This record gives sequence, C-alpha cells and structure tokens, in this order.
Amino acid sequence: MEPLLSVRDLCVETALPGRRETLLRDIAFDIRPGESFALLGESGSGKSLTALSILRLLPDGLRVRRGAVRLHGQDLLRRPEMSMRDVRGGSIGMIFQEPMTSLNPVLTAGRQLTEALGLHRGARGARARDAALQLLDEVGIDDAGRVFASYPHELSGGMKQRVMIAAALAGEPELLIADEPTTALDVTIQAQVLGLLKKLQADRGMAMLFISHDLSVVAGIAERIAVMRAGEILEQAGAGEFFGHAHHEYSRRLCTMLPGLDKRGQSLFDGARLPPPPRGGERLAEVRNLAVHFPVRKGLFKRIVGHVKAVDGVSFTLRRAHTLALVGESGSGKTTIARALLGLVEPTAGEVHLAPPVAGGARGAADAWERLRRSAQIVFQDPFSSLNPKMQVGQLIGEGLRTRHAVRGDALRDRVAELLAQVGLSPDYMHRHPHQFSGGQRQRICIARALAVEPELIIWDEPTSALDVSVQARILDLFQRLQADLGLSYLFITHDISVVAYMAHEVAVLYRGRIVEQGETAPLLSAPDHRYTRELLSAVPALPAFAA
Amino acid sequence: MPVVLLTDAFFFALIALTAFYAFYVARRPHLQTAWRKLARDRSAMVSLTVIAFYFAVALLDSIHFRPVLETSESGEAVYSNEVVSLFDRLVSPLGERFEKTYSEPLAVHAYVKETVEEGGVRHRVYPRLEHGGAGLGDARRAAADIGWRAAAWGLAGLLSCAGLLLLLCLALAGPGRALRALRAVVCNTTGPPLRAVAITVTLIVVAIFVVAGLSHDYHVFGTDKIGEDVLYQALKSVRTGFLIGTLTTLIMLPFALVLGVCAGYFLGWVDDVIQYLYTTLNSIPGVLLVAAMVLMLQLYMDQHSEQFNDLVTRADMRLLFLCAILGITSWTGLCRLLRAETLKVKEMDYIDAARALGVARPLILLRHVLPNVMHIVIITVALDFSGLVLAEAVLSYIDIGVDPTMHSWGNMINSARLEMAREPVVWWPLLAAMVFLFGLVLCANLLADGVRNAFDPRSEWNPS
Repeated sequence: MEPLLSVRDLCVETALPGRRETLLRDIAFDIRPGESFALLGESGSGKSLTALSILRLLPDGLRVRRGAVRLHGQDLLRRPEMSMRDVRGGSIGMIFQEPMTSLNPVLTAGRQLTEALGLHRGARGARARDAALQLLDEVGIDDAGRVFASYPHELSGGMKQRVMIAAALAGEPELLIADEPTTALDVTIQAQVLGLLKKLQADRGMAMLFISHDLSVVAGIAERIAVMRAGEILEQAGAGEFFGHAHHEYSRRLCTMLPGLDKRGQSLFDGARLPPPPRGGERLAEVRNLAVHFPVRKGLFKRIVGHVKAVDGVSFTLRRAHTLALVGESGSGKTTIARALLGLVEPTAGEVHLAPPVAGGARGAADAWERLRRSAQIVFQDPFSSLNPKMQVGQLIGEGLRTRHAVRGDALRDRVAELLAQVGLSPDYMHRHPHQFSGGQRQRICIARALAVEPELIIWDEPTSALDVSVQARILDLFQRLQADLGLSYLFITHDISVVAYMAHEVAVLYRGRIVEQGETAPLLSAPDHRYTRELLSAVPALPAFAA
Repeated sequence: MPVVLLTDAFFFALIALTAFYAFYVARRPHLQTAWRKLARDRSAMVSLTVIAFYFAVALLDSIHFRPVLETSESGEAVYSNEVVSLFDRLVSPLGERFEKTYSEPLAVHAYVKETVEEGGVRHRVYPRLEHGGAGLGDARRAAADIGWRAAAWGLAGLLSCAGLLLLLCLALAGPGRALRALRAVVCNTTGPPLRAVAITVTLIVVAIFVVAGLSHDYHVFGTDKIGEDVLYQALKSVRTGFLIGTLTTLIMLPFALVLGVCAGYFLGWVDDVIQYLYTTLNSIPGVLLVAAMVLMLQLYMDQHSEQFNDLVTRADMRLLFLCAILGITSWTGLCRLLRAETLKVKEMDYIDAARALGVARPLILLRHVLPNVMHIVIITVALDFSGLVLAEAVLSYIDIGVDPTMHSWGNMINSARLEMAREPVVWWPLLAAMVFLFGLVLCANLLADGVRNAFDPRSEWNPS
C-alpha cells in the first residue's frame, strides 16, 4: 500500500555558527493510511523534534540539513511556507502534551474550535457552531454546550485535552500527531483519552503518529513501533514482533527496566538480587485522623466562608524499614499529607503516636509532632526546582548538617563526601552547581541532602515521575539499597501503580482526601475491595507478557 | 590636606561594594556565566568602555583636598580655604582662566561688542580674548593654527594608542605570542569583542588628545556668561550626574530589597503594610515630594548656617539630600518586581526542602531567596541609572535640583533657557551639556539592554 507519510534520511542540526551539532540523524519511517505508528524513546531522544520537523515547526536555531518528508508523495520540506498552513491542522493535526498551555486562556473553548473550523472548513457563524458542537460530542463530551462556552480554566485537564483533540480534528486530518498526549493526565483520564483516540482513529480511518516515553501506553495503542535514542531510530517493528522478541539490546532493556510486582527484590537495572531489607516492621509512628483544611475567604474582611478539605481524617502507620505507598490521583491530597507531616502546612487536626511514646497531654502531642518532623525528610518530584541553583552541591548537602548538627570545616567536607559516595556520586562534584547535572544526578543530590540529617523516615513525593525509565530503574535500586543499609522508613507518594507493586510493603489508596483502602501490597493489588481502587487498577495500561 | 565630602565617602563606599561583588562573582562560576555573556555583547562592551571614561572623570573629581598655599618656616603648612579636586589640578588651568563674558567655541574674539578707547577715539569692536588664542600674534591665523594643533595632537593620540595596544599585548600574552594576540584583536577573533573596545578607546583617546591640546590655548566649547570655560563646566558635571545615578541606587536598594523580599515571602499583614506603603508613596507626585524636601533642607541649612559654613559643603549636602529623596521615592518599582519574583521563588521545592531541614527564616531569605532574585536587581539598577541622570537635569531645570553653584548638566540647561532667547543666540553651553549628557545616557541604556539580555533567564535560548 502507498504510504501516507514517508520520512527519508531526515537530519536536523543546530544552525548556530561554530557550534554545529546533529540532533536527528537519518530518520526514516513510513506511516500507512489508517495505521497507528509510535515513536518510543526517553527524553532528549528526538521524538518531538521529529514531529516538529514533519510540520516544519522547528524552533529557532535549528534547521533540516537534508532529507525528505513526503505526504502523498509530495515533499513537505520543499513546499512554500504559505501552503504549509493547509497542511498544519489540515491534512496533519497535532495535539500536545500540556493541555494547560495549549489552549489560549482568554478565549472560550468554543471560540478556539470555531477558529480552527473557519480556517480549515470555511465554516462561519451558526454552521461553525454546529460543527464545533458535533466535534465536541464526537470526542466524548456530554454537555457540549457548556464546554463550548467555557474558558480553559473552567475545564479539567482531561476535558482540555479532549477540546484539543477536537480542534485537531477540525481540519479532518489524515494524520494525527499526538505528542505525549496523556503524560500530564491521571491514570483513569489517560485510559479514557487513549480509548477515545483509538475509537476516533477507527471511525475516521485516520493515521496516527503517537509519541511517548511510556512503553505500556504504546503497547496499548500502536500497531508499529520505532524506538529512538540520541536522535536515531534503533529499531522498527510491528507491535506483536516488538513485544515478542525485540531485536535491539536497548529495546529489550527498556522493557526489562519497567518495575512490576514480578520483579520485587531484584534490581531493575541489572537483574541482580537486592539485599533483603532488615526484618523491621515495628512501629515507628502512627498518624491518626490527620486533617488539613484550607479556609476559603471572601469579601472585604476576608471572612471564612468554607473549607477545602484537602486531607480529611487520614490514619496510617509507618513501620521501621518498611515502605508505605500512598497512591492517588492529582488532587487526592497525597502531597498535602507529606507537607503536613513535615510541618510545611499546619494540620487542622490529627495526632501522632511515636513508637517510644512521649509524655501525654497537649504538650506531649506537640512534642510528638516535633519529633516526627525532626526525624523526617522529603525528596521532591521535580529535580530541577528542588535544588537552589545558586549554591554548590557541597553547600546544598551540608546545609542540614550545619543547621542541625553544627558541623563545620573538614568534618563537614568529609561527611558530604561520604554522603555523595553513598548515593553513587563522585565526591569531586562537591564544588559544582546543580545546572551541571542531569535529572537523575540531581535527584541523587536531593537524596544525599535528605540523608545528611540522618532521618528515620523519608517521604518520597513522586521521586521518579520526572525521570526516564532507565534513570528510574537506577534510582529505585538506590532507594532499596539505602533502606536495607540504613533501615529507613519510607512514605512513598506516587500515582504509578507499577512502582508501588515493585517496592511497597503496604499500600494506602487515597481518594479525595480520604483513604479508601489500605493493606499489604500483593493482596490489595490482586484483589481490591473498593470500587475506586478497582477503577484505578483497571485504568493502568498493561504490558503484554514479555519474552526477555 | 585631603577633604572627604559626604558624597565622596558614599562614592568610595559604592566602589568598594562593586569591588566586593566582583570578588564574590569571581569565586562563583554560575554567576560568571551571565557576566561572560555580557562580555560577548559588542554594544554593551563599547558602552561600558565609554562609561569607564565618564567614571574615571567622576572618580578623579571626587578626590578633594585643600591645596597648600605656603609653608611657614616651622614647616607648618597653610592651607587654602578653597576645596579643589584632583581633576581640577589635572585640567588646570582650564577652570581658572576666565574671559569677560560669552565667547564662541574656539573663538579668538569675544562674542559681544565692547567700546574700546584707542588714541582718544572710541570704537565698538569685538575685543580679543584674554586667553583664547592668546599665544597667537595675528588673529587671522587662528584657523590654520587650530587645524595644525588638532592634527598634531590627534596623531599623537593615535600613536600612543597603538603603542599602548602593543604594550598590552606584550604584557598580557608574553613576548612570544604578542603578535598572534595582536592579530586576534585586529581580525576580531577574540571571545569578547576586543576590536570594538580597542576602536572605542582609540577614538576617545584621540578626542581627548585633540581637545586637551586645543584647550590649552582655546576655549573648545566657548565660555559662558561669566566667562567660565564651558568644557570645564561640562566635565565637572560628570561627577554630579554619575553620583545622582549611583548614590540614589545605593540608597534605594535596602528599601526595595528588604521590603520587596519580605512582602513576597511572609505575605499576610507584612505584605499588606508594605503594599499600602508603596501604593501611597507612588500616588504622591514625585516632583512635589522632591521640591518639599529640598526646600525643607534649604531652610534647615539657613537656620543652622554655622554647620554649613562653606559653599562646597552646602552644595554637597544638597546633592546628597537630593539622592536620598530620589532614592526614597523610587524604590517602589523595584520593590514591586522583587515581591513578585519572591512569590515565584517561594513556591520552589528547594525552599520547602530548606524548611524541612529546619533552616531559620532569615537564613532562608538570605541564602535561598535573595540570590535567586538578584538578577532583577542588577537589571533594574542598570535601567534606572540613565533615568536618574535625566531626572537630575529635569529637577535642576525647575530649580529644585542640585545647588545652583554646583556644576551640573541640569544647571547648564537651566541657564541656557535665557541664552537661547537672546539675540544672537548663545547655543554652545546647551550643546555641550547635551553632548555629554547624551553620551552617558545612551551608553547607560545600551549597557542596560545588554545586562537585561545577559541576566534575564527568559532571554536565554535553550535547544531542547
């Protein structure tokens, strides 16, 4: 069959004088009409750049050195710029990762849809409105009329992504480019959007170029898969073949590095057996009826008119050398619990009971909180915003030591070097600044900073969700080795069920500020009780069984 | 006997502060990246070179002393009552040679006719100047004399620049690599745009040589109503302009920094109080406030005349006060920016991490917030400088600026109001003030643009 889109020998480089660097090297693939084709790769592998060069939307400073992008046999790279407008949003539609920023916040969703319709179908007025409502209906929005009149901030992330899809469909494209369309969404919403994309593709006979870093998402949607690394396509194969027996070493590694229930106790990175955690299990602290309510103030005198109940009566037990995972979607109150435990927000109610109990009474309750806070540390999701860019690594790690233990001079330097070695970094890095490190290395620095004050409890706030699979594998290894060596308790906050299955001892499922279910990992995941847990688990994209 | 005026002290403090900052930056490579980026910006480096010359004049003019009149037999020196600066000495006798009244630039004759008695007959003539072209026998040879001198001094300037460049290459690159270094500068293959800087320095040095050579025998920019050399006035004004631009910043910074960062970090009632404060201050017309303050100071100095017994101290006090009041009225803009930036920085995870480590609040502000909002401060200071120099000119024009006895571009422009109205027009004082003012303000603006490009995180291009 004649391919719809055919990319040949595409090379992209930086156009700066004196600093020429090839970013894409000899990219070649075909997409047949109606086919769904996935580009799979880690960050920086050039997936998005490939999509942008197909539409000739490369950012300033980059240019195509050679190659051809043929749509129906016609080379897009040699078309005049004016006629590219018919292609963009016309024959090729595109949806982006970030639904929050892809819609203009000052225009209603309807206005932005009718604009696209006017451009590509020449529809005006009532006709455009009808067409827009029909499109919204098609992307599975129930009350299309309300969404049509809404501004982006009034819509949820999933809704916005649906509106974006509707806008991309306005030009009745033959090819839809979806650049990580579900990465910013919750698991359940992701499942809905993926289902929608599949359905639309089947109904319209539309081809799709699906870009993702997530192997399991790709497994669910793609017919053919191309694996990219460092600007090159390493391997192309049909989905069945790819997941059956991938040829390239890298593709196989990608699959084996995914965490899961079956890989507990072994290293994701090299398959080695991890040291078993110390027996542990005795109680470190018990949190009872924790609640955090944020007041809603209105009017001239800022009268309190109501409360947002971010966390509403949550109880759990933290055990020594054990990992408790808090699972929930965005807005379920996971991060607020972490912040309350650390005293970054004041809890509205709740008490904590420590293992060696402190004196009773109101004074004792305050003491217990204080002791918990002093023994807890946190590692955040975003390794870029969690390190002060103006400080050296040595200062960053040493800050806690200087503040808490008044360590100075040589003793401080030795301890920092020791901590760096503990998280697998060279002590020479002490005098560097955060911007000289990759995401994974930064996360290690954050871990060293937390370890510096010798905590008993570390709260991990989605520590791997900003990282690539291979980096995640190494960091998860590090987590477990540290737990084994130091006997640390972990409170692991995440939305990623596979990580939970891989390393948590116990799970608590959080829904709208309440724990709906909690228990040991394996039984809970295999036989969930609560309706919400079942929904959550069924939304997780499953990877076909693997022949490694 | 050295005399340190109050403004001098502040000026020296400012220089020390800058030196300290340079030392601080030199030890922190992440700060250097922005400054390196600035060093590669051609127009910024050229502007910086020009500003360096202005700065040199201001600095020389800030080293004051009372010259020794005579030494008594016991070895005790008798000092003059008059305070002069190193700059006065350097350009002497530029400031001491007075004509009777107006004379055009490079003129040999006065600008107005006088009645001269010669052998019992009264003539109305343009008399020869006392100093302008004094060494000249025949006034008609003036043009040739000027041309010759200008050419000779210009050539001397060019040669000394070439020699200087060669010497610098030798000294910095070593004898073996001097030629290669020289070629790199000429072919513009150095990292920072050294060729452009070298050309700028050459042009300025040649101009200085020509003007200095001519000013020995002529008034290059003419003389004003009381016969004072206009070039001297314009040069003396450099210090005033520079001080207004920098001291005001020095006074404003603590307000803006402390209040802006506190408002953004603590929010709540602290934020409310600070916001009310700067909104109130912002809604009072600045000129009104300046006028009121300057008049109050004037009154105070009149009532306590024993503390302000000489003219220089009074003028100096008024300059300092003007800087202070401009500083107090102009911190609001920067404060607002810093508050907004602090709000943004506050949400970063590293602030939470520091709180979780138990770092005290003042330390969080100092170590984690302040360094991350500093780029705003640097950009604003650079942008504000030219505005403040211009503000001085405007305020002096409406008579609430610096003391009338003090040399300043504003005062020159103010007096030009009448000169422009008379017939024939006296245009050169205004032109001189404009040329010097324009030079400084233009360069400050170009430099500010460069600083903004180098320090604004949003202006960076990052290939993903």
